[in-house]
Amino acid sequence: MQGRKIFKGKVIGEALVTGDDISFYGGCDPETGEIVEKGHHLEGKSVSGKILVFPSGKGSTVGSYVLYALKKAEKGPLAIVNKVMDPVVAVGCIISEIPAVDQIDIGKIQNGQKIEVDADNGVVTLIEG
Amino acid sequence: MSLILTPEEKEMLEGKHGKATRKAMEIITTLGEIYGAKRLIPVASVQIAGVSYHNLGEAGLEYLSEIAEDGRVRVLTTLNPAGMDMLEWKKHGISEDFAMNQERVVEAFERMGVITTCTCTPYLIGNLPHYGEHIAWAESSAVCFANSVIGALTNREGGPSALATALTGKTAEYGFHLEENRVAQVKYDVQAELKDTDDFGLLGQVIGTRTGKTIPYITGVEKASIEELKSFCASVATYGGVAIFHMEGITPNRTPIPDKTEVVTDDDLRAARVELDDEGAKIDFISVGCPHASIKEIAEIARMLDGKKVANGKTVWITTAKPTKDLAVKMGYYDKIENAGAFLVADACCAVAPLKGKFTGLMTDSAKACFYARGKNKFKTEIRTIEQCIKEAIS
Repeated sequence: MQGRKIFKGKVIGEALVTGDDISFYGGCDPETGEIVEKGHHLEGKSVSGKILVFPSGKGSTVGSYVLYALKKAEKGPLAIVNKVMDPVVAVGCIISEIPAVDQIDIGKIQNGQKIEVDADNGVVTLIEG
Repeated sequence: MSLILTPEEKEMLEGKHGKATRKAMEIITTLGEIYGAKRLIPVASVQIAGVSYHNLGEAGLEYLSEIAEDGRVRVLTTLNPAGMDMLEWKKHGISEDFAMNQERVVEAFERMGVITTCTCTPYLIGNLPHYGEHIAWAESSAVCFANSVIGALTNREGGPSALATALTGKTAEYGFHLEENRVAQVKYDVQAELKDTDDFGLLGQVIGTRTGKTIPYITGVEKASIEELKSFCASVATYGGVAIFHMEGITPNRTPIPDKTEVVTDDDLRAARVELDDEGAKIDFISVGCPHASIKEIAEIARMLDGKKVANGKTVWITTAKPTKDLAVKMGYYDKIENAGAFLVADACCAVAPLKGKFTGLMTDSAKACFYARGKNKFKTEIRTIEQCIKEAIS
């Protein structure tokens, strides 16, 4: 799938997919990577080491620093794939150097599926059906 | 890539001006591409948010320290409130640990060359753009004031993007930097009596809630002081995300007048007040100065508190900018306020200080302060005029 590069990098990993937007500030534990927002589809799941696939970001701009904290604690997502990139997430990916792509039809990606994110070219490839 | 960069901007992006500048330029150009900007533009000043250690946490501090290694600001840059008065924090009950971390945050900004007076009203203390000037400000109330009351041009920046602009002197040209995005969309005819800052806060709450991000054209407001306008800006930005409004006869921007009209009545303001007045609120905390109090407001409060005593079990914070506090000291207002047992708190405010668990009920003149007191600190709230707040404090 062809999308748009937000921050460079190329990784292969397991997709963690949600249809809910994510607020990293207040919605994600900066030390463990666990989603803590009450009632969120991913509540209790950790974004750590996953290719995190979600529609868009929401919430406070301090959220950018949460992504930075996750990366420093080695609990960050491997990469981020969005439908529409929100500036808070974009800035978070840049400062923490997390590969990121948007303008992807995320409905085609299954939870747990192995995918490749080639952010340099803005391409997401499904490796296993 | 539709974004065209000058040779100097390209050099920044390639890292020829250092690591921090490269990262900053990556942020600016990426945001520019996301929003379809064609070029970057220079800005006259920056206001940075994300200063309170309470909000930033260790991660934010770590990022700022990394940037401070070789990042230096290129334009006039001021800071949003911190989590405490940088000098008198001890007597306000702030812990040593928090104070140490807050000082590290402010020191990191100082190394970058930021003017480290911490206020949400930079326009009152020397960071004052003129009409038509491009700036990059965070702090939603100041953004709304700058765009609407002054007629400068800024997007609603976040902490990291404002900092990136400070380090490069550039922002991407999109959103509210373009005249076509500043045109009024809905007319609000105010048929209600507005007497004090709290009324303007309630008006902001009513219009903000109804309008969301749609740009309001407001008629029927006969006059408004700077203090009333800053109260309105804070509220309309908090409850609606408004970055710019037009107020007939008061704000300077030109716009076609929208046909679609909504009416705001006394009943609407009363309903907004009922909404912010929590049942069973036991007031143990009174705070005025959201946004930061002007010297005029402090003079009035000093007069009301002169020779009086704050009641037992009540804490009073009048929050303001450090230069305004210094002026209040010179004028004797500080002594009158502090001798009464109230605190004149510089640099901080009740929305970003670590106050959770310390109080149960807040009385304030600010609709914005009510929002954060309820959401973040779980206080019950009551909104009143400044005069009523001070009366409550000494009763």
